[in-house]
Amino acid sequence: MQFGIFTVGDVTADPTTGRTPSEHERIKNTVAIALKAEEVGLDVFATGEHHNPPFVPSSPTTLLGHIAARTENLVLSTSTTLITTNDPVKIAEDYATLQHLADGRVDLMMGRGNTGPVYPWFGQDIRQGIPLAIENYALLHKLWREDVVDWEGKFRSALQGFTSTPRPLDGVPPFVWHGSIRSPEIAEQAAYYGDGFFANHIFWPKQHTEKMVRLYRQRYAHYGHGTPEQAIVGLGGQVFVRKNSQDAVREFRPHFDNAPVYGHGPSLEEFSSQTPLTVGSPQEVIERTLSFREYVGDYQRQLFLVDHAGLPLKTVLEQLDILGEEVVPVLRKEFANLRPADVPATAPLHPAVTAKKEA
Amino acid sequence: MRTLKLVAVSAGLSSPSSTRLLADRLVQATRYRLAEQEYAVDVEVLELRGLAVDIAKNFVTGFPSEALREAIDKVTAADGVITVTPVFTASYSGLFKSFFDLVDPTALTGTPVLLGATGGTARHSLVLDHALRPLFAYLRARTAPTAVYAASEDWGTGGDEYTEGLPHRITRAGEEFATLVAAVADRKGDSVDADEVVPFAKQLADLRLD
Repeated sequence: MQFGIFTVGDVTADPTTGRTPSEHERIKNTVAIALKAEEVGLDVFATGEHHNPPFVPSSPTTLLGHIAARTENLVLSTSTTLITTNDPVKIAEDYATLQHLADGRVDLMMGRGNTGPVYPWFGQDIRQGIPLAIENYALLHKLWREDVVDWEGKFRSALQGFTSTPRPLDGVPPFVWHGSIRSPEIAEQAAYYGDGFFANHIFWPKQHTEKMVRLYRQRYAHYGHGTPEQAIVGLGGQVFVRKNSQDAVREFRPHFDNAPVYGHGPSLEEFSSQTPLTVGSPQEVIERTLSFREYVGDYQRQLFLVDHAGLPLKTVLEQLDILGEEVVPVLRKEFANLRPADVPATAPLHPAVTAKKEA
Repeated sequence: MRTLKLVAVSAGLSSPSSTRLLADRLVQATRYRLAEQEYAVDVEVLELRGLAVDIAKNFVTGFPSEALREAIDKVTAADGVITVTPVFTASYSGLFKSFFDLVDPTALTGTPVLLGATGGTARHSLVLDHALRPLFAYLRARTAPTAVYAASEDWGTGGDEYTEGLPHRITRAGEEFATLVAAVADRKGDSVDADEVVPFAKQLADLRLD
């Protein structure tokens, strides 16, 4: 199983000091966080994509390319890549290039985005969100698998005799996840292609995740990619961990109370019981994370959100130390013991990555 | 014959509340009329006051608490909904609107709805037609032709030679609403599974990509 972190890339004031980092600081901090993830033995770093303040990651492959050059083993991914408003041709080119630079340590997650105006800013119509996701991905899928593509669709100009370069590394396209909170069409899309399905699983009650994963698994089997249990599932998660539970709660509470997503609403305790948010000791985080398996089955990737709500860099790096030392090693062992032999341990890795591991 | 489910939504804030009182009277009138037609009726009254904090939290988090989700599910699954709001600042109360803001815009399509409002003076009675009726028209609910407004004075007077008193208006509204509920319920077939998947081939075909 793969463990990692995903970032939204928000620039948020630290509510305990009132200080807001600059965009420059936030970008450099993001790199420091990714490097730390590799250092503590995590497997994956994923960045969001946004095109409005207060978010900095508008250019994911620039960021990931830089991190690729400074890491050896970390898989670089996205959370998510906007399949609705990016030109699928540019996605094909950018991520194939990244794949070459990172020697195959790349996969990506498709999403539709959650900011209405991004659609018109990029010349699209939000009411066409699902059709855009379906058509654009159909083209991307083709561009990575066929050397010469003829294409005509509803949303972009036609292509005649087009070749997307560079070709995927060793002819193997990056693995793709499809992320959605509650659109069955996207679970169906992931199942159809035999791609991975990633449930956001933060900020929302587990019922959404449970329902979507169940649907994805059934349809994955329906399309003949394997048994429902063999479908490739990833989950988000949100944790804040300290040696003592009380310290974790005391330190995280001001960040929670002022967070852009849920701040000034429910209490930390209510939100922790209604959503997968876990604030507590390493043991509490381990137990809660293991419990996810009870409603999604054995899954292949767990990404934690650890760097939002104005948490200072130093705190985030400490979080990664605790995750790497005390939480993830236990989770790896426990999940591996529970997983049947015929269920894949991870999403498919690029052959170049597998070869390096075996060397 | 199956039991018809009616839900009354009262946005009254005080206890006892004249809004709740009107809701109960409308329920009673409807129930009486349906009983005459030999329908079994199950009624639940939802007081929004108890959900006010959960409603506010739903706006902040984007999802309902367990109690609020249950309340919304009851309203959207009902065979008929009786809604009564106090008039606040020339319209339905913010709490009343906030609750319906959290109901999926298609979830009440075709559902019979009886409208009621209460206020200090009869001068606000058109709130039924300039605020409540458009709200439920947007939701494509079937509103009963008669809606009932009760001013404070209505609770202590009968009608006069020109106007019917509150009890007559309640009875007429209940009769109309009961007829609507019975007609719609009789035509309701087995409920369709809202979560049914659109097969991917169909999604591609819609884009002419098959």
